[in-house]
Amino acid sequence: MRIPLSWIREYTQFPADGTPEDLMAALVRVGLEEEDVHRPSDEISGPIVVGEVLEKVPEPQSNGKTINWCQVRVVPEGAQQQLSGDGISADGVQGVVCGAHNFEVGDKVVVTLPGAVLPGNFRISARKTYGHLSAGMIASAKELGLGEDHSGILVLGELGLDPEPGDDALELLGLTDSAAEINVTPDRGYAFSIRGVAREYSHATGTEFTDPASQVQIAEATSAGHEVILDDDAPIYGTPGCDSFVARTVTGINPAAPTPPWMAARLRLAGMRPISLPVDISNYVMWELGQPLHFYDADKLQGPIRVRRAAAGEQLTTLDEKQRTLNPEDLVIADDRGAIGLAGVMGGAATEVDAETSTVLIESAHFDPISIGRTRRRHKLPSEASKRNERGVDPLLAAVAAQRAVDLLVELAGGTDTGAITSAGEPVLPEPITLDQQRAERLTGGPYGAQQVTESLIAVGCAVEALETGELSVTPPSWRPDLTIAEDLVEEIARLVGYDQIPSRLPVAPAGRGLTQDQQRRRTVLSGLAAAGYTEVLSYPFYSEEANQLFGRGSDEQPLDMVRLANPIASQYPTLRTSLLPGLLDALRRNVSRGFGDLALFESGSVFLPGQGLGSTEIPGLGAHPGDAVLEDLQAGIPDQPLHIAAALCGREPAATVGQPGRARDWADAVEAARTVAHLLNVDLEIAQGQHQAFHPGRTAQLMVAGRPVGCAGELHPKVVQAQDLPERTSAMELDLGAVMQAAASQVTASAISTFPPTTQDVALIVAESVTAAELERTLAEGAGGLLEHIELFDVYSGQGIEQGQKSMAYALRFRAADRTLTVEEASEAREAAVALAAQRHGAVQRS
Amino acid sequence: MSESSVSAAETPPVPHPLDEAAVEQAVTAALEAFEAADDLEQLKAARLAHTGDRAPIVLANRQIKDLEKDQKKQAGKLLGAARGRIQKALAARTEVLEAEHAERMLAEETVDVTAAPRRRSLGARHPISRLQEKVSDVFTAMGWEIAEGPELESEWFNFDALNFDPDHPAREMQDTFFVEPAEAHLVLRTHTSPVQIRSLLTRKLPVYVLAPGKVFRTDELDATHTPVFHQFEGLAVDKGLTMADLKGTLEHFARAMFGPEAAIRLRPSFFPFTEPSAEMDVWHPHAKGGPQWVEWGGCGMVHPNVLAAAGIKDPEYTGFAFGMGVERTLMFRNEVPDMRDMIEGDIRFSAQFGMEV
Repeated sequence: MRIPLSWIREYTQFPADGTPEDLMAALVRVGLEEEDVHRPSDEISGPIVVGEVLEKVPEPQSNGKTINWCQVRVVPEGAQQQLSGDGISADGVQGVVCGAHNFEVGDKVVVTLPGAVLPGNFRISARKTYGHLSAGMIASAKELGLGEDHSGILVLGELGLDPEPGDDALELLGLTDSAAEINVTPDRGYAFSIRGVAREYSHATGTEFTDPASQVQIAEATSAGHEVILDDDAPIYGTPGCDSFVARTVTGINPAAPTPPWMAARLRLAGMRPISLPVDISNYVMWELGQPLHFYDADKLQGPIRVRRAAAGEQLTTLDEKQRTLNPEDLVIADDRGAIGLAGVMGGAATEVDAETSTVLIESAHFDPISIGRTRRRHKLPSEASKRNERGVDPLLAAVAAQRAVDLLVELAGGTDTGAITSAGEPVLPEPITLDQQRAERLTGGPYGAQQVTESLIAVGCAVEALETGELSVTPPSWRPDLTIAEDLVEEIARLVGYDQIPSRLPVAPAGRGLTQDQQRRRTVLSGLAAAGYTEVLSYPFYSEEANQLFGRGSDEQPLDMVRLANPIASQYPTLRTSLLPGLLDALRRNVSRGFGDLALFESGSVFLPGQGLGSTEIPGLGAHPGDAVLEDLQAGIPDQPLHIAAALCGREPAATVGQPGRARDWADAVEAARTVAHLLNVDLEIAQGQHQAFHPGRTAQLMVAGRPVGCAGELHPKVVQAQDLPERTSAMELDLGAVMQAAASQVTASAISTFPPTTQDVALIVAESVTAAELERTLAEGAGGLLEHIELFDVYSGQGIEQGQKSMAYALRFRAADRTLTVEEASEAREAAVALAAQRHGAVQRS
Repeated sequence: MSESSVSAAETPPVPHPLDEAAVEQAVTAALEAFEAADDLEQLKAARLAHTGDRAPIVLANRQIKDLEKDQKKQAGKLLGAARGRIQKALAARTEVLEAEHAERMLAEETVDVTAAPRRRSLGARHPISRLQEKVSDVFTAMGWEIAEGPELESEWFNFDALNFDPDHPAREMQDTFFVEPAEAHLVLRTHTSPVQIRSLLTRKLPVYVLAPGKVFRTDELDATHTPVFHQFEGLAVDKGLTMADLKGTLEHFARAMFGPEAAIRLRPSFFPFTEPSAEMDVWHPHAKGGPQWVEWGGCGMVHPNVLAAAGIKDPEYTGFAFGMGVERTLMFRNEVPDMRDMIEGDIRFSAQFGMEV
């Protein structure tokens, strides 16, 4: 909402030398946030004065153009020039070359004198042109930043102005005014008007306020107006779409009457383009009072006006020349031919006021905000009218605003008030609210006396009545439909007294339990991985379907179930992630493209797995506990969002440097990343040969905890690496972190540490190629029994001396007893038992 | 042992075991030879020559057995003392030369320690996640607990339970991502506020919780906007809580984040789920460009409809809530100039924070 300062000064004590910044500083205290400043004088500066054309001599030029060599008096007749400067003649008459022809000798025009600056940093100086020294310029409306009209120069008489030569044209045209722009929160529709903001300014400063509505004298009806029928057969939530409708008729409008410059200037500053006098008047009244109006060309109306819901499939061409198919929920203004406007949103083309219009019918109505909002959303038609109607307009304003429009049409457009007034329906006013006087203090902690409470409420326009119970009955003013409960009133009191008066106190919470175990574990994992050399990234969860299919193990035969967005930020990324890897690989690729080849990245976050029964069709209403069954239903409809952790690696570890070539990262680093996570959580991670379509078929580990798959790790499939333009041998792992954390013991049960010496024995076994290290190790450990303290694979060999399809795996077994020094015999016995089990399970043969 | 292996010229005379002068001469020769040795190699040669099997004093010692019985004792004494002196000198010289040797070896092993290669890559935390942890720590220290909720949320938790009327313009201003189909009424949560409801529904009163987390709005990514960002949401519901408690909590928080001079300013505002509502500014004493008020977030007293949605009927209970953007906080606290730096995953961005924020 933009507020031209000259406008608000009419109704407040805002000082003459106050700036937009001053205004915003005051308003922010009462909750209207500062947004911007609009100051035409930043763009345009004088000397720019009124001139009277004394002479106009047409001079045809060799280029085919005819210019006018003009003498323009820029001081009052008989006066001397008070201005001085290069090119300003002392006798007050400037010689100016002008290319336009739409003016005559005797016209008053705007002369930009040497030294003036026009929008676009266009500096005026005396210059030689067409054989003359042209000392200034006769300006067009466009050159002054007043609009797009560049067809000729601005003739002030055509604007209804007859100023003295030498008058400051900037002042005359309203270009010295400036505006503050504030942000209005969606509850405060009334602040979308000079009226509302002026009232707020008086609240902020404690200064006097004149209600512009009180300045309007509503005429008595002398005859019945145009027939208006309020006929809503389908009110939304029982509220009629239109509860009151005032119509006035003004005849004899002069369609050529110009919009006075002061009005045009204010509208421009307010951000609205002046269009024609009637349109400008309707906008002006809306801006001033907050009541959207609509003007009809009364001669185009056919029969009575009916406010009703649209018929299914009904068509309407709106003012923006778009044909729209209406929804039966849309509230329309109709006449005998059908819909002629989307009520409160936009008028129709058929009854539009145009250059021929001489009789205007003014609509000033109060609409149901919900109905207006739905229509605006449905037709994507935001307008200044809908903005106000959606937020709630003062229901008592309709008659006032209509009168104000009548007055302006009479005054500025030469119209005649017919005295015919239609007033259909009854405005609905706010209900009284019962307020416990202590409520404000109990909610804000601020000390408010009874007087402060009452005075503040009266200041915002409430009617306050003391009840026998000691409570107050507070009736909000008609312009504050947002005040419906006691807490709303408390905010008004606190706001008027000032939020800075609220004291400060630190509440003491009951003794807390600190972070939950899972929250602590998550931190341990994230910081542990970072300390182990991985860099944390946070990527977007929006994926292409293909990326989800590939990494979420979907296929053409069995497409992956994924969550789809109705309005994705980019159409190629419509689904929510089911794996962290695509986002992580994007980050990896981005780093590579920025010159980093040795990378270890990780991310932890939710993935989204839709299950059965996505969502809930019924959503309970506001302000009530919906009941446990409904809550359970809502909860059941929310897809699983397990917490994952993933890592992606490429390049060397550590980076190659002098005397240290580093080691190429590979599948084992990915497995190691998963092991590190498990280690940080003190969970046993089982690793088995695995398969995943995005991974190398021979270099993928399936990761399990307590026999349950929790993820995979390995080298990415070379096809994926190539297709996604990733570094060779890029490796990655992903774990269901939630599942791994679940497997972690809530506390560790410690074993005694034996101080007896260990006995170490080696064993080499020949097994089939297909037997994995992990399998064999598990068997040996099981066979060796409780004396085995540690087992380590130290050699894998195949080739000479080993049959084709077989391999030799050598393990070091470390034995130790808790209570004695083991004998060699005991250790050997355990080793033999291990070998025997390996022979039985895997056909292992001891290598001699 | 053959005579021919040692040439006459090199073989020092073997002193007679009773010839004091000759013994003294042999001792002197040994001491001089040790002293002359410049390194352990030379000392080894000198040691062999003067204490080895063919050393004069050793050979003289061997002759004692051929002496008369009464002379044996005298010779033994003479030669014993001589051998003692030789051994002592040898030990002293050995010690000196070994020390010299050790010193030389260490000198030779000198490296340019400034060229130490990195043995392991260094990792880093993302400052957005670290900042959430840091904020959580401020609140857990006050006895608050950290609450969580799903990112993909039911519309009821995200809006209706928070008193957002389906037709109120405020609901639209949230720029919501909707899930298909629309009838499922699922959204990516637009704020961390649904955790308020979840906390009130599942916890016993009083409730003091902070909920950090990821939120989503349909904003295009630019220097100051991102469709995915993070917030922390605070909620306290207890008997007799007021806006003064809200202000005190925010002030404590502000000081923890921005230093002891930080302050809080509240301005009237509107949120559907609080009444009264306020925007909060923080006095940032170390802001780039000098101390100033910076917009930090929104807050207010929990709206009665929110308490009602959570089934809290006892009017003694009041509550306050507040919420701030983590990215925004990081931007003005740590002078991050561009939102995109936080989401692109460039390792240089996290690296400059290391494990801290």
